[in-house]
Amino acid sequence: MSEFLQHLINMLVLGGTYALLGIGLTLIFGIMNVVNFTHGVLYTFGAYIMFIVVQQLGLNFFLALPVAVLAGWLLGAAIELTLLRPLRGSDIDTTMLVMIGAWIAMQSGTLWIWGGVAKSVATPFPEAPLVLGPVSVSWLRLFVLAAAALLILVTYLLINKTSLGRAMRATFQDHDTASLMGVNVDMIYTSTFAIGSSLAAAAGALLGPVYVIFPQMGDLAAVKAFAIVILGGLGNITGAVIGGFILALAEELGAGYVSSGYRDAMGFLIIIAVLIFRPTGLFARAERVG
Amino acid sequence: MRAIITILVIAALASVPLWLRDPYLLNALITTGIFVIGAMSLNLLLGFTGQLSLGHIAFFGIGAYVSALTSLGFDIGLPGGLRLVHTPWPPIIGFVLAILIAGLCGYFVGLLSFRVRGAYFVIVTISFAEVVRLVALNWVELTQGPLALTNIPSIALPLPGFGELTLRTKMQNYYLVLVVALTAYFLIARLVHSHFGRSMRGLMENETLAVSVGIDVTRTLTVAAVISAAIAGAAGSLYAHYIRIIDPEVFAFINTVTMVIMVISGGKGSLAGPVVGGLIFGLLPVALRPVMAPEAQWIAYGGVLIAILFVLPRGIVPSLAQRLTRRRSATTALAPVALTETGAKEPA
Repeated sequence: MSEFLQHLINMLVLGGTYALLGIGLTLIFGIMNVVNFTHGVLYTFGAYIMFIVVQQLGLNFFLALPVAVLAGWLLGAAIELTLLRPLRGSDIDTTMLVMIGAWIAMQSGTLWIWGGVAKSVATPFPEAPLVLGPVSVSWLRLFVLAAAALLILVTYLLINKTSLGRAMRATFQDHDTASLMGVNVDMIYTSTFAIGSSLAAAAGALLGPVYVIFPQMGDLAAVKAFAIVILGGLGNITGAVIGGFILALAEELGAGYVSSGYRDAMGFLIIIAVLIFRPTGLFARAERVG
Repeated sequence: MRAIITILVIAALASVPLWLRDPYLLNALITTGIFVIGAMSLNLLLGFTGQLSLGHIAFFGIGAYVSALTSLGFDIGLPGGLRLVHTPWPPIIGFVLAILIAGLCGYFVGLLSFRVRGAYFVIVTISFAEVVRLVALNWVELTQGPLALTNIPSIALPLPGFGELTLRTKMQNYYLVLVVALTAYFLIARLVHSHFGRSMRGLMENETLAVSVGIDVTRTLTVAAVISAAIAGAAGSLYAHYIRIIDPEVFAFINTVTMVIMVISGGKGSLAGPVVGGLIFGLLPVALRPVMAPEAQWIAYGGVLIAILFVLPRGIVPSLAQRLTRRRSATTALAPVALTETGAKEPA
């Protein structure tokens, strides 16, 4: 039983960051209809920003997080403006392949600059974990969970309570009509991609210090994000949050009770199962943002 | 005219080992040839049915593992205390089994994944390849996991009356790959120009219309997937017996991407496209090796993929063919534009 409780605690920590990844991708996929293969690279990028700010510049750990979010936002906006805006109106396969090209180039760039040796980030949290009865959790992981929850809340408010969010939801429903109503659709696309990218970078910045940082760390993260989006339904933010926790639970239970070698297979098996049996996602009544 | 060009190209390809003595370049040509076969099989799906399968390396890898395990033998435990023991068979049987089993896998994957289209199809196919990779990595008893299957025997051709010929030298393997590649090329060409090929193109252009004129879409796509997977399996088998060592990294996503780049750059939906694109992208690393670090090469790789999609979205071969056709129709005034194999297609 205590083992199961420990898995649940781990699930909460992992699920929070998975939800961030999923929300970012579901916004981009849902609103722009772009299969974003650079999502994993943005995750890696966020983790490396953390490494630069904390280890190389020697600045505060808590300052590094907003820097990573901002850097992810800027890189996302740059990708959208240079690669996606000229391809507006091309078929989904072309943009997908361009995103694959960008992913290869950026990941190799990371490898070139920082090398393949895994990096770790020192954190200001005490080594001793917090022990609550039968389970224990490190302070760092608690912080990751809290920060992820805060970012999820901020994104939720941004989408549902601001005029930018309203314009994004309108563009998701029908970009032609939204455009006729005076929504600057180009600007919405750039903002969407930048916001989604900053959430991916935030997830990387949060999980990087928990594990280690290396150039290929984003590959699996990207696939997991796709699994979450498919679980939760396209453009469904609440679905992405629930999907993030479901994937984390499946991985924890799979690693704990089946075989740790198959931990990362869970995401793929979920994708295959959901798309075969319930292609609209688990929670979808109709496709919508919010 | 076309037949003469075909014969000249085949003769040129067949003459290569006679004047190219550098073993490193010959090796690069052989591995490139194997990947070109994979790219041609991918083109059958991507270029002629319009389905972007990003899990194609799974069939290549399955072919490689089936062929290697057939010729190496294995001894695995089954549930209930039973053991399955296989004693080594000749590699040529492994080659045949690789084609059959990869084709069978193509059937099941097609059956499941053709329920969805577009982005979802892409993601299902990627997931399939990754699950296969994780199985190859974790089923250590069968595959040796990350330790790799080693000492895979070279292919031996049975020659009636003379015993058998084991293909050990680079030159012998070059001709083996060339023969398989030509077989695959003409098989795909036959298929594409058949009634079945027109069904495939029909549903790529407009699926709803194809259904309404009576094309069985799921059946057409599944047949294409089976043939495509079988050819990829043959390529995988050649790879296993030539390189003689395989590990789960053969399933890496980047290998699928390499094949996709070969097809897209050469021109999807054109028979010669994957060959031209494959030769360029297979030999590019050889040309770049002296001047660039491997990481920089990969950056260039990604950059070139983006550049091709921006500048030549239809690929090299269709763009050249269109230019030639335009020049010819400009000289013979008012001549009807020849509906060549590639010129007839609208830009995707």
